[in-house]
Amino acid sequence: MKNSRRTFIKLASLAAATLAVAPKAMASSGGHEPVSVNPKAVHAKQWAMVIDTTKLHTAEAIEKLAALCHADHNVPTVQSKKEIKWLWNDTYAHTFPEQENPHLAEEVHHRAYALLCNHCENPSCVRVCPTKATFKRPDGIVAMDYHRCIGCRYCMAACPFGSRSFNWEEPRKNLDLTKLNPEFPTRMRGVVEKCNFCVERLAVGKMPICAEASEGAIVFGDLYDPESPVRKVLREKFTIRRKPSVGTEPCVYYVI
Amino acid sequence: MKMHYGFPIIAGLLIFVVAITAPFAVGKAVTKQYKQPEPKKVVGEKECIESVEFMRTEHMQLLNEWRDWALRDGKRIYTNHAGKQFTISLQNTCMKCHTNKAEFCDKCHNDAGVSPYCWDCHVQPEGLK
Ligand code: HEC
Ligand code: HEC
Ligand code: HEC
Repeated sequence: MKNSRRTFIKLASLAAATLAVAPKAMASSGGHEPVSVNPKAVHAKQWAMVIDTTKLHTAEAIEKLAALCHADHNVPTVQSKKEIKWLWNDTYAHTFPEQENPHLAEEVHHRAYALLCNHCENPSCVRVCPTKATFKRPDGIVAMDYHRCIGCRYCMAACPFGSRSFNWEEPRKNLDLTKLNPEFPTRMRGVVEKCNFCVERLAVGKMPICAEASEGAIVFGDLYDPESPVRKVLREKFTIRRKPSVGTEPCVYYVI
Repeated sequence: MKMHYGFPIIAGLLIFVVAITAPFAVGKAVTKQYKQPEPKKVVGEKECIESVEFMRTEHMQLLNEWRDWALRDGKRIYTNHAGKQFTISLQNTCMKCHTNKAEFCDKCHNDAGVSPYCWDCHVQPEGLK
């Protein structure tokens, strides 16, 4: 054929053009959108928490909340360095090492401080995770996809707050199997775990379990909504955060 | 032409042929007929998430998509091809209908020689011991 080269190029460019539109055309065919968000779910740009340490400051009170959290998420009880913690408590010196002045108000110094994952705006754990098992959700929660965790523990090295625990042994050995929450999975040996800001509760419109049970001592809300309960407290009360100089921008604030 | 070592060669060949065809000859008598596994029927419900044929062959794919949708995209409601909605959850949806893992999932999996590691973390409806 005389025009063979011309026709070939025309056909080729036509084919290239269809390649560009075909995926869109195919994606829209049928109009079946299989997944959606529960209409009851609550949303935010960045979930944040304010813990009022004038109200919540004893180890017993914090341990009671921790027990609720740990029962809800099937967190095993291990009494050693291999401890698994989602919500725990510690001293002022360990909580705010950068803000430790000599001759600090005694009462403040002797309080117990509730600790959990800070769900940082600029999380170092997310940067180091080689499998993206730890990732930042659009609502700011630093979430873990346990299915992808390979147990390398880079995130534990990267977290400045010690918010992550490694399952050195089979967690089910240290759980009361008759009292498991059947709605939530456990973890297995060899994965890291941490507080999840109760994503599974937010997804059905409930508040995190510790905030709900705290009788007002823990406030939860959207950091970027000026009308949110969190912003209201931040406007009115003096708050500090843990290790601000590290630059991870923690989203858990403490009223002192 | 004379064949060197004719007897051992022929005998060896014969033994080889008998050995290699033995499974076909005696196999039927020795091995059992393969039977399709019979997973436990669901009581009270007629339909699965999708058609039975689809579930039979694609449930592992569906579960894989389910966990990404729920955990990574934060979308926890699945609408099937008939327009019916389900909460995306292995423990709280699949296993609420298929209330016996041993008599359902395991029935097929044992035959197929797969042992999904899901149950290292997910709690089976029978509970743990
Ligand atoms: C609303 C109840 C219900 C839910 C929820 C449900 N199923 Fe089913 N499932 C059924 C019924 C009913 C059948 C059909 C059984 C039959 O006809 O023998 C079935 C069939 C199946 C089959 C094929 C069994 C066979 O005999 O070949 C598989 C596999 C399966 N389901 C897996 C799942 C998985 C995985 C999930 C969760 C993603 C799930 N099902 C959720 C009710 C349910
Ligand atoms: C009708 C038989 C049948 C039933 C019932 C069934 N499965 Fe399966 N499943 C299979 C087969 C066969 C495979 C292996 C497919 C392959 O390897 O290609 C498989 C594979 C899987 C896999 C992937 C495993 C892997 O290692 O890749 C998962 C996960 C799974 N099934 C979950 C379930 C769950 C959960 C249930 C119960 C709710 C269930 N299946 C019930 C037949 C079944
Ligand atoms: C290392 C522990 C672990 C293993 C192993 C595991 N899961 Fe999960 N899975 C979880 C956790 C934790 C969640 C989070 C639950 C939530 O946020 O509601 C989850 C959530 C899910 C979800 C979405 C939400 C829900 O409630 O079910 C699906 C679907 C799922 N897993 C499927 C699977 C399948 C299929 C397997 C096996 C191939 C598996 N998982 C293995 C820990 C695990």
